[in-house]
Amino acid sequence: MKRKVLAYPYIVWMILFIVIPMFFILYYAVNVNGQFDLTKFWDTLKDGGKWTVLVESIDIALKTTAICLLLGYPIAYILSGMKKSVAGFISVLFFVPMWMNFVLRTYAWHAILEYVIPGVRGFLGLEGSVLMVLVYDFLPFMILPLYNTLSKLDKSLIEASRDLGANSVTTFLRVVLPLSVPGIVSGITMVFIPAITAFTVPVLIGNGKYHLYGNEIELAFKSLSGQGDFAVGSTLSIILLISVLVSTLIMNHFDKDQQTGGQMW
Amino acid sequence: MKKILALTLAAFMLIALAACGGNTPSGSDDEPDYSFADGDQYEHIGGKLNILNWGEYIDEELIAIFEEETGVEVNYMEMTSNEEMLIKLRSADCVYDMCFPSDYIIEKLIADDLLLPLDMDKIPNAKNIAPRMLEITNGFDPGNKYSLPYMWGTVGILYNTTMVDEEVDSWDILWNEKYSGQIWQYDSVRDAIAVSLLRLGYDINTRNADEVNQAKDELIKQIPLLKGLGTDDIRTSMKNNMAALAVIYSGDAFDACTENEDLAYVVPKEGSNVWFDNVVIPKSAQNVEAAHAFINFINDANLAARNTEYIFYSSPNQGAIDLLDEEFRSNEIFNPSDEVLARCSVFHDLGDFVEVFNNAWSEYHAAMRK
Repeated sequence: MKRKVLAYPYIVWMILFIVIPMFFILYYAVNVNGQFDLTKFWDTLKDGGKWTVLVESIDIALKTTAICLLLGYPIAYILSGMKKSVAGFISVLFFVPMWMNFVLRTYAWHAILEYVIPGVRGFLGLEGSVLMVLVYDFLPFMILPLYNTLSKLDKSLIEASRDLGANSVTTFLRVVLPLSVPGIVSGITMVFIPAITAFTVPVLIGNGKYHLYGNEIELAFKSLSGQGDFAVGSTLSIILLISVLVSTLIMNHFDKDQQTGGQMW
Repeated sequence: MKKILALTLAAFMLIALAACGGNTPSGSDDEPDYSFADGDQYEHIGGKLNILNWGEYIDEELIAIFEEETGVEVNYMEMTSNEEMLIKLRSADCVYDMCFPSDYIIEKLIADDLLLPLDMDKIPNAKNIAPRMLEITNGFDPGNKYSLPYMWGTVGILYNTTMVDEEVDSWDILWNEKYSGQIWQYDSVRDAIAVSLLRLGYDINTRNADEVNQAKDELIKQIPLLKGLGTDDIRTSMKNNMAALAVIYSGDAFDACTENEDLAYVVPKEGSNVWFDNVVIPKSAQNVEAAHAFINFINDANLAARNTEYIFYSSPNQGAIDLLDEEFRSNEIFNPSDEVLARCSVFHDLGDFVEVFNNAWSEYHAAMRK
């Protein structure tokens, strides 16, 4: 009984700031000027251009996640093999930039990419720059869960593998990698979801030339003045929410598969 | 070791601070004069006045003086686009007593019956507004019943004379591949599409969907040549010689040209948009008395002169212009000739046709990445 009571404040919070806003989004998606009206909803669903933007957002989010994983895994692996004090110090270095607000860091990149090389007319507005800043921003979210998983990995399993004659490559591929899947899954989730909803980076680093799904939603709510644009924006938000939900479910599925697999060992 | 590090850091911070400190503007020669041109007296009104305006769009000293004169507590709020203002004024719990929308939005607000007619008896300083301005604003507010011009300007091309050799007199240059990657387009649905429409020889208020779509296709062709799509950031970028050509509002161009001598501004020969931000009072206003007093107050010739010096946008207030320095009065960007104005037109509300513009604009954005 007592424990339940402790959850009440959060339930109230959740209803106020998660459940009710979701209902608002749903309401605005199917209402135009306070009248129930599905035309904007269907029009938005049928609008190929908006789906293209979603596909492109998924594309850049996947690229960001892949690069973060390729960069983050070796670092986390090396860190997990180090002495705790050294590893702690190095991981602090990774997190120092995160003490500063994300938007400020993006502004700093804006200035660096625009002005740092004299005479060259800047690197803003390029896909490579947007991708690089997204990786910069989200890399710590990949490293942390990987490092956590890898450092808690039972070292005796690796020793057992070596005792049984596996070389280091086989040990890594057949013991370490499968056991670190939970870390990989949470790392991917923590990078992919903020990357697909990226909004500030495409505006500041892409010089407005780079249009992702978050910007499409802003466009509907803020920059246009048609009668039904709230409905368009809300419908787009629902599509994005569902995309995020689906990707989370897929990731959870992998996680579960791997856990049963892990028990077999 | 740690101590050395901390000391070095502290030293760096001090240097940075000192560098910032040295950067403060070298101060104006004498204190600005905030007296009333006609020796006006304001009665005590009291209460609150909720104002909605664009960012950095008033000399805040004026608000302080108004509060002191009338005992009104001013609650000053800002917004970033006309469309945002429209959404706020349409909402049922609109709290604003006064705001500063642009031409075509005023037309829409009048059509939607959201504005209060101004009581001109309470705004004697309206006499200061230049007649040539009222002639234009008459186009979107017939009889100038609901609004008075606050600031105005044109849209044109700002270019860097060290990077552009040829004569700039046409919108066409913004599609010139020679300047690939050095061109700024304006991130606003009406403005960007207007540039493309004008280049094709069409009316900026066209209600022909083919023309709008043609303009959109041309904008999409322009994307690979763009440095970016911007608003306020364009001015900074141009000041720092980071781009060659930009679509820009005259007020921002005037400011940029004052700071960077290599920049020049032109209103292209195909014509352009002349825009007005007018002051209006929403029907739902609570303190109508204070709102009228404030409109009269900001139209005082001397105060309007201070305000335009602060904002750098053109003032429609002839009394203010007469009081300004020669560098303002004779500047073609700040005070364009009748000849330039003759080839400019105001935006009109497009009614439901705005959907066609909005769809074109969404398609344009969706085409951005490829």
